[in-house]
Order: sequence, then C-alpha cells, then structure tokens
Amino acid sequence: MGHLTNEVRWALEAILGLLIVASIIVFVLCRLQPEKDRTELVQRMKTWWIIILSFGGAFLLGKTAVLLYFAFVSFLGMKEYFSLIPARRADRRVLFWAYLAIPIQYYWVYSNWYGMFIVFIPVYMFMLIPSRMIMTGVTERFLHSVGMVHWGLMTTVFSLSHIAALMNLKWNPQVIDLPEARFATGVISPGPGLLIFLVALTQMNDVAQYVWGKTLGHRKIAPHVSPGKTVAGFLGGVVTTALLASLIGPWLTILHWKYALGAGLIIGVGGFFGDLSISALKRDLGVKDTSSMLPGHGGVMDRVDSLTFTAPLFFHYVYYLYHNLYF
Amino acid sequence: MNPFLRALFFWIVVRPIVLIVLGLNVRRRELLPKSGPAIIVANHNSHLDALVLMTLFSTRQMNKVHPVAAADYFLKNKYLAWFSTKVLGIIPINRVISKTQENPLQPIDDALAKDQILILFPEGSRGDPEHLDQFKTGIARIAQHHTEVDIVPVFMHGLGKALPRGEALLVPFFCDIFIGPTFRWTGSRVSFMEKLTEEMQKLVDEKPKSDW
Repeated sequence: MGHLTNEVRWALEAILGLLIVASIIVFVLCRLQPEKDRTELVQRMKTWWIIILSFGGAFLLGKTAVLLYFAFVSFLGMKEYFSLIPARRADRRVLFWAYLAIPIQYYWVYSNWYGMFIVFIPVYMFMLIPSRMIMTGVTERFLHSVGMVHWGLMTTVFSLSHIAALMNLKWNPQVIDLPEARFATGVISPGPGLLIFLVALTQMNDVAQYVWGKTLGHRKIAPHVSPGKTVAGFLGGVVTTALLASLIGPWLTILHWKYALGAGLIIGVGGFFGDLSISALKRDLGVKDTSSMLPGHGGVMDRVDSLTFTAPLFFHYVYYLYHNLYF
Repeated sequence: MNPFLRALFFWIVVRPIVLIVLGLNVRRRELLPKSGPAIIVANHNSHLDALVLMTLFSTRQMNKVHPVAAADYFLKNKYLAWFSTKVLGIIPINRVISKTQENPLQPIDDALAKDQILILFPEGSRGDPEHLDQFKTGIARIAQHHTEVDIVPVFMHGLGKALPRGEALLVPFFCDIFIGPTFRWTGSRVSFMEKLTEEMQKLVDEKPKSDW
C-alpha cells in the first residue's frame, strides 16, 4: 500500500463506498417493488462488484498486477473483436500473431521502454500482420482483412495499454513549478492517481452524457449511429466532466487545476467518440453487444469503449505537459 | 471410464482453456437435460465440441455424460484408446457397418438403458470449419428405439475457428452455444429428421451475420 498516496487510497475507498450505496439502493428498490423485473440491474451491479474488486485488488498489489489486469482486459477485448469480425478462414494463424502482440506490448510497458511501447504496434505489427497474411497466399479481400486486424490491434491493445503505461510515470524533481513533496522522493509514483483519474472520469463522463441526454435532450447528435445520444447530452457531459476533473485533478493527481480542466475536456470529447466508434462497429456487424461476458453490461469492449479513445489521448496530454516526467 | 481422472483432466486442462482461452456465450442453459436418459444432438466442427459441451455440466452430472465417437478414429492405437475410453469416457461405435456384426448401435442402447446422457454428432465427421453438413439418419434409428428419450438440439459456433480439423494450433475465439427445446420421437424417420433439421436451423438462424 506504500506505493499509493493517501488520496489514491481515499479515492479507492470512495469508489467502494459508492458501490455499496448503489447496491443498497438496488436492494431496497427490489424489496419495495418486487413485482418489477430488475434482473438486468441486479446483474449489472454484481458485475460492477467483480470489476471494481478485481481492479482495486490489482491496484493494491502494485504495478505488475495492474499491467497483468489490463493485459487480460486487452486479451478479452481482442477475443471479442476477433470473434465478431468477418475474418477470412485463411487468417486464422494471422490472428494468432495478433494475440502474441498483447504480452509483447505489455512487456514494453513493464520494462519502461517508452520508444518501443509507442512504435511496436503502429510500426512493427503494422508490417508483420500483412507480411504474415501474404504468406497465406490469399489476396481476395486482403485490404479488408489487414485493415480489420490492425484496427483491432490499435483499439484493444495499443490504446488500452496506455492505461497501464500511466503506472510508469515518475516524478521529476527538476520540475520546479509543481512543488509536490510527496512525489519528490521518487518513492511514490504519480501514476496510480492519474490512472484512477482517467478511468473514473471516463466512466463519469459516460454517466453524465447519459443523464444530460435523458433530462434535456431533444436534438439527436448522431441519429444513425446511436439514437440515444443528444446534443445536450454531449455538451452537458463534456462540461460536467471538465468541471469534475478540475476539482478532482489537483487533489488526486499531479495536474494543476487548469490542466485538469483541459484533461476533463479531452476525456469528455474523446469518450464520446470512443463510445460512438464502438457503437458504429456493432451496427456494422449487426450485433447489440460485443459479447455477453459481463452480465448486465454486455461485453468487455462495451465497457471499455470510451477508454479506447480517452486512454491514449489522456496519456499523451500528460506526457506532453510534463514531458520531463521520467518514464 | 475413470471418474477421478476425468474430473482431474477437466479441472486442470479443459475448464481453464474453455473459460479463459475460449469463453462461452450460452443461450438457454436451463434447457440442458438434468438427468438421463437424453441425447444431445450437436453440430460438429472441432475436437473441442464434445469437451466444451461436457463443461456445461457440473463435475457430478458429467459422470453420466458420454460423447458417442467413431471407433476407427478414437481407438486407432492403444494410447488414444485408453485416453478416449478411460478419461473422456466416449462410447465408441463403428462407422463402417459390416454384415457379420449384430447391431452397431448396441453400445448406445446400453448406455441409454442406464440413464446416461449422450452427446451425438449426426454430421458424422468434423467436416469443413463452421459448415453444417447434412445429418446422417442414424440418430432417427436411435430415437425410434428409444421413444421416451429426450432429444436436445444444440448448435455451436466458433469452435471450428478456434481449432478446425487438421490444425493443431488453438486460436482464441468466443464460442456461441444455442440450446434448443427438447423433443422426442415423432413417429417416422422422415418426420424425425425433418423436425431435427428444422430445430437446428432455428438455432443457426439465431446467430448474427455469418462469417468465414
């Protein structure tokens, strides 16, 4: 636990508290109106418990456990994606190579090799996948297939590995305008705080966009992709997320409130488009959920859809602002 | 069959692979037979088919579950024969019927008489990956002799991608399992095969857009 700041521990406890309160509300609702069918809500709650307990547990264990946790999320996401896409029969073994990218990519994170972490999938896998596909000798729908596999790698592995990569950020005492004594010793990394900030705000943004859309939304923002999304929901969500970020950021992370506000805007907009791009993908493939892995939620990709955009955006924002953070 | 070896093999090898490497989306698990005699009739694309279907049962229930498998393949040498009969608990039958032999389906009759749950693949062989071949009519003959036995149609999708015929490399894919309503002998072999094909087609139609 020594690797976490007090604020991070309080944030974890607050999340747990929120979960307990929500579970009590669901329980009371079920008791008050036993005639109403709330199976999905109850399932959703149960799944939340599993997600949050495993996530929190990984956090308490430390960096390696967090990396393994997200590597597993990447694996589940990729498996869902590859099970949905109309891949060619000849590509079976190509997909096996794509799976191998997961341990390798997370190894770069583990070993702190930033240069390799950032180019491995966009450069090396980008070439390896078509090269292996050429060996199958099937050129029919080649472009279609190579595009699909690469998009999957970028989304499920490259993007999501940025969440885990936040754990590598170290405080550089040479940065003088951030007098954060607790990070200056180098014992405590600012990574866990940034990670919780990203994941929690991305989730809050999903909720805020939904709530605003329900309360005062009329004009649809993307009627063909996601009929439930409205202009008011989008704007209200982004503003709410930005405000929350500027409040939570300076407390939980190394971010100054101005920068935290910027991070909130990025998460609000990025989360919106990340969510919609997975929705568009599901529409294209004719499915409602990416799988039924998480009862009450759908699939793993349904849960992390917004994060596929917010994670790399947030990571590079922080990395740019404080690029003399040791990586 | 050795129930201990089988439970061990499933807990150490099969269940972890099915749960983590593959992952199942089971529709209507409650329609699975809880006790025998019953016959699960499924499509066949992979060696994983029977193993995955067996994992749908608890270790205790599984003792009653036996895949019906081709003797010429699964008994081809003594090591495979030991593994197939002692660990997997298959019921071997001869695909090639010789005139001298009495009833090739005798082992199935015996198992059903002992209230066992059988897994049967009427396509006869794994065939092309993710392709449903015409069912062979042996299943109708079995149902005719066991009019009180429940027939449970099951359609599986994905395992032919994960481990198709002729491949040794397992690639992770989710497996969709659609379980259909139970039915029994319909009175004639033709109507029985029609009913089975129709029930199976309903399950096939449930799966989203086809791939491969």
